[in-house]
Amino acid sequence: MATRRTSKGGRRPSAGRAKGRGRSAAGRARMVQLRWLAHARSGDKGNTANVGLIALEPELYPVLVREVTAARVARHFRGMVSGVERFELPNLGALNFLLHDALDGGGTISLKTDAQGKVYSTALLRLEIPVPPALARRVLPR
Amino acid sequence: MSDRVVRIAAGQGFWGDWLEAPVRQVRGGPIDYLMMDYLAEVTMSIMQKQKSRDPRAGYARDFVPLMERILPDVVERGIRVTSNAGGVNPRGCAEAVLEVAGRLGLGDRVRVGLVTGDDILGRLDELIARGHPLADMETGRPLAEIRDRVLAANAYLGMGPIVEALRGGADVVVTGRVTDTGLTLGPIFHEFGWSPEDWDKVAAGTVAGHIIECGAQASGGNLLKGWRSVKGMADPGFPIVEASPDGTFVVTKHPGTGGVVSVASVTEQLVYEMGDPRSYITPDGVADFTTIRLRQAGRDRVRVSGIRGSPRTPMLKVSIAYFYGYKAVGTLVYAWPEAYDKARAADRILRQRLADLGLEFEQILTEFVGVDATHGRLSGKPDPDAPEVQLRIGVRAPEKAPVERFTRELAPLVLTGPPSVTGFAGGRPAVEEVVAYWPALIDRGEIERHVKVEILGAGGGG
Repeated sequence: MATRRTSKGGRRPSAGRAKGRGRSAAGRARMVQLRWLAHARSGDKGNTANVGLIALEPELYPVLVREVTAARVARHFRGMVSGVERFELPNLGALNFLLHDALDGGGTISLKTDAQGKVYSTALLRLEIPVPPALARRVLPR
Repeated sequence: MSDRVVRIAAGQGFWGDWLEAPVRQVRGGPIDYLMMDYLAEVTMSIMQKQKSRDPRAGYARDFVPLMERILPDVVERGIRVTSNAGGVNPRGCAEAVLEVAGRLGLGDRVRVGLVTGDDILGRLDELIARGHPLADMETGRPLAEIRDRVLAANAYLGMGPIVEALRGGADVVVTGRVTDTGLTLGPIFHEFGWSPEDWDKVAAGTVAGHIIECGAQASGGNLLKGWRSVKGMADPGFPIVEASPDGTFVVTKHPGTGGVVSVASVTEQLVYEMGDPRSYITPDGVADFTTIRLRQAGRDRVRVSGIRGSPRTPMLKVSIAYFYGYKAVGTLVYAWPEAYDKARAADRILRQRLADLGLEFEQILTEFVGVDATHGRLSGKPDPDAPEVQLRIGVRAPEKAPVERFTRELAPLVLTGPPSVTGFAGGRPAVEEVVAYWPALIDRGEIERHVKVEILGAGGGG
């Protein structure tokens, strides 16, 4: 990843230039945090957490399909999960991710504050993906 | 009557949900059914423990005073209730409801449908002996490994016995471990007389049930998209399904209530606890969530259509709870300046003391609330100027003694550790028993031939 203004969940949106990706007449892609592109809800099934990632607008769904791959999500959660599966729901503009072994035993065994994976949803929304600059300008707050 | 709709209202999304919700669902506008889901995966083991101390216990006790509040309205308005509040003692629960009805002078107007047969705790040895391994669906280990620690074992029943109870004239249906979705499917199939092998209809009803089974989580509660603009959440409208005979339905809520029913609110609930969206498996059939169509059809109205399904599987899921060990979680709060460093120092000291005492734990987990407790290392760099940080330490062990001793090691840190510490007013943390969950599968026939539906009260016998 290239230069990146970091913003820690604060008011300043995270956006920078992505290296070597999405170069076109429209310019280089910019890195945008998923919170500006999607909403999400998560839950648990045993020691697996699921995150449903839902495009904020229908036009954003193809961007999610292209950029929020299972491999990228696995890298995002490295050290926190053992594996990631992705399912597509184009009818809902949503992707469903299964995050395996994410809950430290899960259910009643887990000692975690988030034993039932309720806020893995917003942890995924921290992920940054490259988007065309015009789209970045549109979705980021001014 | 192609325009006829059946209204099923969600009254409780879990045991402990907002107690006013069912009252408002009954009084706030027209509904035909009130469905109340009480059972999470480990709830049955809590109930089994209560029953072992008192044979009359073992069900969601809140349900009875709640029925006392709403029964007069329910009877007057002709509303019927479906609930899995029966837990591991549905008969006790049903009898308690009848007793309340009698006390309210409604004894001749209320029939209670009682569903039993899901509880297989007493049949486990026989089932294992006859070659049912009841292996853990996640690990594949046979149940025999933990047989002596099993506290509860219940098969998930579907809509069948609920349809039968409603057909038999029950006004209130009390069950044990019936699926959340079955509580909604039952009324719809009963009203429309659909074939239980019309798999698209089964899938549609399953999706309807899934949308309302968590109560207000489909109508503005826990809604991330535009959460600031969700109004009136002091008095949220719980969701209502208006089912149509063609298998489509509308999700809505009573007028004048808070919250919102939107494509976003319904979508967030649809993806909640989702696995493979193409096969959402219930005892009644398999729903394909990639076929669901949602459309905003007016204020607080979402139309749901297009749902396809496939036949039910030959197996039923069994939910087994077993004793695992003990755990405790304690917290201390460290104040500015250098709050995080102080909390980390305290954690090191505490761990050293636990080690010096020779205590053995299966796990010790430290989290710093305000720094990394919910998002782990994704939380980014800690704020060096944080006003406070809560140290949160949990331990788990097979034996009680080390956990018990751990709970006595937190308070001493206040006077024997890093400075500017507070927040210990709650005293020693409690030692909790850990009951773990063991999901398994069993042949449908082994369960179904034991399922029984009885109609109690109002001259229905019993």
